[in-house]
This record gives sequence, structure tokens and C-alpha cells, in this order.
Amino acid sequence: MTATATPDAPPAAEPVRKPPLRKPAVRKRLVPYWLLLPGILWLLIFFAAPLIYQASTSVQTGSLEEGFKVTWHFQTYWDALTEYYPHFLRSVLYAATATVLCLLLGYPLAYLIAFRAGRWRNLVMILVIAPFFTSFLIRTLAWKTILADSGPVVGALNSLHLLDVTSYLGITEGQRVLATPLAVVCGLTYNFLPFMILPLYTSLERIDPRLHEAAGDLYARPITTFRRVTFPLSMPGVVAGTLLTFIPAAGDYINAELLGSTDQKMIGNVIQSQFLRVLDYPTAAALSFILMAAILTMVTVYIRKSGTEDLV
Amino acid sequence: MTALTRWIRRNLVVIAGLGTLAYLILPNVVVLIFSFNKPNGRFNYEWQRFSTDAWTDPCGVSDLCGSLSLSLKIAVWATIGATVLGTMIAFALARYRFRARPAVNSLIFLPMAMPEVVMAASLATLFLNMGVDFGFWTILIAHIMFCLSFVVTAVKARVMSMDPRLEQAAQDLYASPAQTFLRVTLPIAAPGIAAGALLSFALSFDDFIITNFNAGSTVTFPMFVWGSAQRGTPVQINVIGTAMFAVAVLCVLVGQLAGARRKRS
Amino acid sequence: MTQPTSGGDVRLDRISKTYGSFAAVHPLDLHIPAGSFFALLGASGCGKTTTLRMIAGLEDPTTGTVQLAGEDITALPPHKRPVNTVFQSYALFPHLDIFENVAFGLRRRGVKSVKKQVEEMLELVQLGDFARRKPQQLSGGQQQRVAVARALINHPRVLLLDEPLGALDLKLRRQMQLELKRIQTEVGITFIHVTHDQEEAMTMADTVAVMNGGRVEQRGAPAELYENPGTTFVANFLGTSNLIEAEITDKSGGDLVLTAAGGKLALPAERCSAPVRTGGKLLVGVRPEKITLAHAEDAGTVPEGRNRITGRIVDSSFIGVSTQYLITTPDCPEITVYEQNIERDARLVPGAEVVLHWNPAHTFGLDAAQDIDAGTELDEEAP
Repeated sequence: MTATATPDAPPAAEPVRKPPLRKPAVRKRLVPYWLLLPGILWLLIFFAAPLIYQASTSVQTGSLEEGFKVTWHFQTYWDALTEYYPHFLRSVLYAATATVLCLLLGYPLAYLIAFRAGRWRNLVMILVIAPFFTSFLIRTLAWKTILADSGPVVGALNSLHLLDVTSYLGITEGQRVLATPLAVVCGLTYNFLPFMILPLYTSLERIDPRLHEAAGDLYARPITTFRRVTFPLSMPGVVAGTLLTFIPAAGDYINAELLGSTDQKMIGNVIQSQFLRVLDYPTAAALSFILMAAILTMVTVYIRKSGTEDLV
Repeated sequence: MTALTRWIRRNLVVIAGLGTLAYLILPNVVVLIFSFNKPNGRFNYEWQRFSTDAWTDPCGVSDLCGSLSLSLKIAVWATIGATVLGTMIAFALARYRFRARPAVNSLIFLPMAMPEVVMAASLATLFLNMGVDFGFWTILIAHIMFCLSFVVTAVKARVMSMDPRLEQAAQDLYASPAQTFLRVTLPIAAPGIAAGALLSFALSFDDFIITNFNAGSTVTFPMFVWGSAQRGTPVQINVIGTAMFAVAVLCVLVGQLAGARRKRS
Repeated sequence: MTQPTSGGDVRLDRISKTYGSFAAVHPLDLHIPAGSFFALLGASGCGKTTTLRMIAGLEDPTTGTVQLAGEDITALPPHKRPVNTVFQSYALFPHLDIFENVAFGLRRRGVKSVKKQVEEMLELVQLGDFARRKPQQLSGGQQQRVAVARALINHPRVLLLDEPLGALDLKLRRQMQLELKRIQTEVGITFIHVTHDQEEAMTMADTVAVMNGGRVEQRGAPAELYENPGTTFVANFLGTSNLIEAEITDKSGGDLVLTAAGGKLALPAERCSAPVRTGGKLLVGVRPEKITLAHAEDAGTVPEGRNRITGRIVDSSFIGVSTQYLITTPDCPEITVYEQNIERDARLVPGAEVVLHWNPAHTFGLDAAQDIDAGTELDEEAP
């Protein structure tokens, strides 16, 4: 914002250019810092400092009994990567699959709420948000019932002989859905779907419906209208939604734990067990440091590529 | 083309959208149905027969209601803490230009772009090395930390969209800066603050990963559910899940109706 | 705080405002007499709103002082000034109903029983039945009246109006102009009105100050500004002017004799704001409605002593009360003429040769060193 071009700008917004003639001007300039102080301190101490502390933990050696010391032992990173790279790859693969599924499933629903729901809009919106209010662990456990070996899903897939196809593709095993990659991805998709729908809806809702009419008027078929007008305009929602889905899905360990077997363990499971069961803090720190770096890199590249840097 | 295929083509989006909606609602329906189940073993995954036992005795499992009230207590305090601190930051960001603004913006954004497990493990490492006892306070500190960013985002959006002339009009009408804040700024920012607070409450109440790392032996409601997935899932979990769902939907509906009535009058 | 019943005069002394290196308002002196209806007129970005906000206390002047009824109020914060503002787009509090909006100022000053006053005020603006509505439920015109009521109930010494009619449609705007004028006459408070609409300024105000580029170009009664503009900006911004480049050839009696468009024109010396020097250049101006058109065949009937130019009609458009003609002449740009539709001469069609003539007393002279087109393009600009 160029302050010079807008003489109507609120005076509070530009405290810098006020002449320091009167004392209150100086005091006024400190106001934002007083407002920021407690919250920012909280974040610095309990968010930023731990991250730095964790980085130092990752290059420590020692044991629980003798204590840990910083020895710049970068070997931990190498060991962690060679031992757990399948978990990293699996995390990225599962999270990416779930994100794409969320986009495919979420877009029609967001579109429905934005343009087609009419007077049902509020009700549908409530139904999207309401599941949030039941503890998501309980809802994830419900998938155990839905996907159970004697349950309706397995029965239906079996009678269509689809389970043979899916197990040939390696996403299910034998006559089971539970404890297979399909179940984990299904759980991830389910859990993070609302995080895709809400930003999509927000950006779709801002689109003037007359733009659809204008596109139709200019000889665009409905599918062309969608490809050339609606979808490009909803890009901010697509980017925000995919980030909000991918990031938590990549670090998740609940779905793999509850719906998967040992063969579906993700990197989150490894960090959790290294930290809370094996008590190997340097390895846990190194793993979560790698995860953080990987995700921040991917997010940055993705935001650059999609050209929506103003999102941040 | 028959009339039916034409109808399907025209309403493809609606059909697909409703399918997604069914996918979203299905687990809640299962939770509801299985709250009336009487399982044979320790696990409530297969339907046996109808029973209202769990509904008549929701606290019948040891520690369940204790963990529930602990979760509520933590959620209330985390909401208050995060809302107060977050609202202050939001006002500073929305109303003032200062040099540290970009840095502050990044610090607010990062927790939302960070996998929970990373924040959880790093904070726990810090507590561990400072020799802090894990429990109520460590959980509360962690919850305020990750709720803060969401409050800032919600309140900032609201304050930014507010016409600065409203505050100038208040001053012009003899309101001192303090009165202007209390009588005009705060009431107009209230929906944003309420949204941030509601989100904080939901996030804190339902949090598992960060709590898992920072709770020690303290058991919140999500921790109880997690533990029961290993030891055996009591039907009462479904009762509480369903009750929460019903209360939430009821609150939203009442709010909607009240809003609609106010608009009409 | 006392409740003054009459307006106070406002005196701006060398007041200026700069943002960084941008001067929004150059040092200016302005005296606004008590009880007057004063308009600050100009295009957007000319500094008129900044000037108003400095009077309200919403903007700190970089230099200079603001005096109200002889008292220096430069250092007073807005909530301590006996001045109220009707904001652009009204700034009604969305969370309060109409009654509470109007009562806001009284309550802040600790007035206990506001009911009677508020109800009276709402009656004055004919909104008595709307007291419990929220601002969003009112139409633009009704919101505007609430904004006026909310300011007036405090009996300010000065009422500041910042483009108060900008958001209304044309018909409603005309109606509200008369309404505001009526209220001002009734309450006798000093009104300072900021607008970019020259018709609005001229209809309502006793005195108009035309601002351009952070400076006051000219101030005076509307008729005086219109009939005798002092700069090309005022001539073009206030209505339409025909400006013709001319050379001073002689002086005879109280008149200057000029050569322009291949003929001789007379200009009363007191209507020339430029330095006069024989052989010097001038811009000579005349308003389109002062000019009479005669067909070339009737050239002989034009009375003696009138300024006359010959030309050819290139375009004519029928407007209703009048017809607008565009006329080219050999040596000067196109001239616009408005003719009342009383007795239309059927020969006055595009292509016809005509004689333009007008009373020399309606001619004005401007300094030729100025931009001849200043103020022409800004007329329709949004606030």
C-alpha cells in the first residue's frame, strides 16, 4: 500500500510519518509491540525455541542413563534416512493420494454448496462441519466397523470381484480391506476432507455467477466454462485446500495405527514410537527435522509453482 | 438421449456432491447405531443386539467421564488463553504498520504449516530437558500455542474488513479512545473473535497428537479413546460421540434460527 | 461541554499536510464565517477531504493551526472538539440500531435521558418509525438522514460533511440537497461541505472554495465563481467554458480590445484576472449559454457593440430544454453553444454558416500561461 497516494488513509495506520512533536506519538508507536509481546513470546518460547532445540538434540549422542551431549553426530541423520526411507516415501505417497482424492471428492460438494444448494446451503454446510464435533478418533474407529472383514464394504467389493483387482494392484490383501493401504488412505481422505472443502467453498462462493452466464453467452460449453473460468478462479482455494490436507496427512500416525498393519506404518508412527516407546530422542529429533524440512521445501516449491504467493 | 440420462448429466455435480456428503456423514451414523449395541467381547466393532445400557449409564466405564471433564477444562482454558493473546496480536497486525510485521506474520503462519507431530516432538523435547513434569500445564501450554495462529487469522480477517471510518465516527461523536474500543471496535470484531474462540475450543478438545507427546500419564478424552482402541472399546464412547454431535448440531441450528429471525424482524 | 446554539467561525492559518514527500495540502489560509454554508469543491485527490479531516481532528496538520470561534483547537483530539462529521458512506455503527446510533454522541457526553431528544431528532429527519431498525435495513437515503441526525443531535458548532450524497442516485441527491439546505437554515450551524460535484456545491453553498492540487484556486459566491472564473481550472471545472487564445491590441475606455479568431473582441478590464500589456497574450472565455447563434444570412441583424465570431456548425444534439451546437471557426478550437429551445431556427443544422455573438460583459480574461484544458477531464470522476 502506498501511503502517499491515499490521503484518506487512517492516521493510526501510518504512525511512522507523524511528526514526533508530541509525546503521545512516541507512546503510540509502542502500542503494537505491547499488543504483540505476550502472544509472540508464547510462540517464540513454545514453538520456535523447541524447533531449534530439537535441531541440536538431533546431533547429540548418549543414553537415557548417562544423559545426552551435543557431539555433532550427523551420522544419526544418515542412519535414520537409510533405515526409515520407506516410511518417508510411504507417507508422501499416502498423503499425496489422499490429497488428490480429497480434491476429487471435495470439489463437487464445494461446488454444490456454492452454486446449486439454494435454500439448502446452510443445512449442507452444517452437515460438512458437524462431524468435526465428534472426536475424530471415535469416527476413525467407526471405519473399523465399516471396513470390517464381514462388513458391507468387503461384501460388496467381493461380490463384484473388485477385491481381486485391488489386491492384484497391491492396495488390498487377500479378502481384507482393513489393515491394507486402501484402508489407511480411505481414513486419511475422510479425516482431512473438510479441510479441502472449506477453502474450496470460500473461493468458489466469491465467483460471480454471472461469469458463468457470460461464458455461456460467449459460446463456452458447460465443461469449457468450468475449465476456463470456474476452475482458474477457484485456484486459491485449491492451493489452500491441498496444503491444508497434505501437510497434516503427511505427519499423521493415527490412521496408519488404527486402520493399518505394520506394513502401512508412516513416518509419524516411527517418530512417535522412537520418542514415546524407544526413547531414542536424537533419532526422533532427526526424523522430525527431516520431515519438517521436506514439507517446508515441498510447500514452498508448490506455492511458487502455483503462483499464489500472496496466500502466505 | 433419454430424459433420464439428460437429467443425470445436468445434475452430475449434485449427485457427486451428495455422494461425498454421504461419505462424510457415514461414520457418524455408524457411531450412532453402535451406541445402541451390546457387544459380546471387549470391542464394539460388530453388531450384536439392541440395548440402551450405555445410554442409561454413560459414565459406567472407569476414567471415561474423568477424562472428558479434564478435556473440557483444558479446552476452556486453552480457548481463553489463545483468544486473548491471539486477539491482541491480530489487532496489532491489522491496525499498525511496524518493522517486524513480516517476521510476525511468518511466525503466525508457520505453526499452521507444520505437521503436528513435529511440533509435538520438539515441544516435548524441550519440556523433557528442562525437567518439567508432564501433565495439565504442559498440555495447556501446548494447546494455547497451536490454537493461537488460528485465532489470529480469524480475528485479523474481521478487523481488516472493518471500515476505519467507524472508529473515526465514534471519536467524532465524543468517544474517548478507550470508549471507542469498547463500544465500537470490540463489538464489531466480536464475530471474528467468537469464530476464533470456537475453533480453538474444537481444536483443543479434539487434539490427540500434541497431547499424546506432552501429557505424560494424564489422560484426556482423545487419549482415553486411543487407549481403548488397544484395550477394548466401551459402547459409552459412542454414546458420548453421538451426544457431542447432537449438541453441536442443535447449537448451530438454534444459532441459525435466531439469526434468521433477527434478520426478518 | 456547553451546548452552543449557534455556529462558530473556522479559521485555518497556514495549514498544510504532507505524507512523506507528497504534499496533500499546501499551506493555506481560509476563513469560514459563522453560520455559513461553505463548500470545498474539487476532484478526488485535490486535498479537500484532508482539509476537512484536519478540521475534524482526524488528521494532524503538518504545519499551521485550526481555530474555532477564536479558540485554537489544533491540539485537541477529535472527541474533544465541538465539531461533528457526516462521513462518506455514512459510517453508521452496524451493531447498533438507529436509535442507539443517534444517541451515541449524547451518551458519550454523559447525557442521562436521551429518549426525548433522539425521538425529536428522528422526527426532524422523518425516521421516527425506524428507531429500532439496524442500519443495513435502511435505504441509502434513509441512512444518509440517520448520519445527519447522529451528527446534528450534538449541536456542534460546525458540521462537516464529507461527500454526504455521493452514494445516492441523481434524483435522491437533488432532493437531499434541498433537505440539507433547509436544515442548515433552520439550525443556523456552520456547514462545511466537501464534494466533487460542482452542481451540488453551487446549489447548496453560500461560498465555494475550488481546490486543485492541494491549493485553493478561487473562492467566492457560486454566481461570482461561475460568471468570473479566475483560472482555467475553475472555468472548466465549474460548468463549461469556451476558451480562445487572444492578443491585446488596444485599450478603449474600460474595455480591452483583443484580436482573436480573425476578429475583434471587447473585454471589460475589470473582468480580466491576467496582467494586461498591449501586445500580450490572453485567454478569453465565454460560457456556452451566453452565446446567441444567427444564420449567416441574418448577419446584418446582429446589433452593434456585441462580440462576434463567424463559424460553421459541425454537430448539434438535442438535449430537451436546449440544443447543444459544436461550431468550428477558422483560427480557434471548437466552440460549444447552448441555445434555449424557444424558437428554433430550422436552418441551424450541421454544415450551416453562422455568426456567434454575445454581450462583451459576459466575457472574461485569463492568464494565457495556464494549461487551457485544466479541469476539463475531471468532472465525472468518482469520489
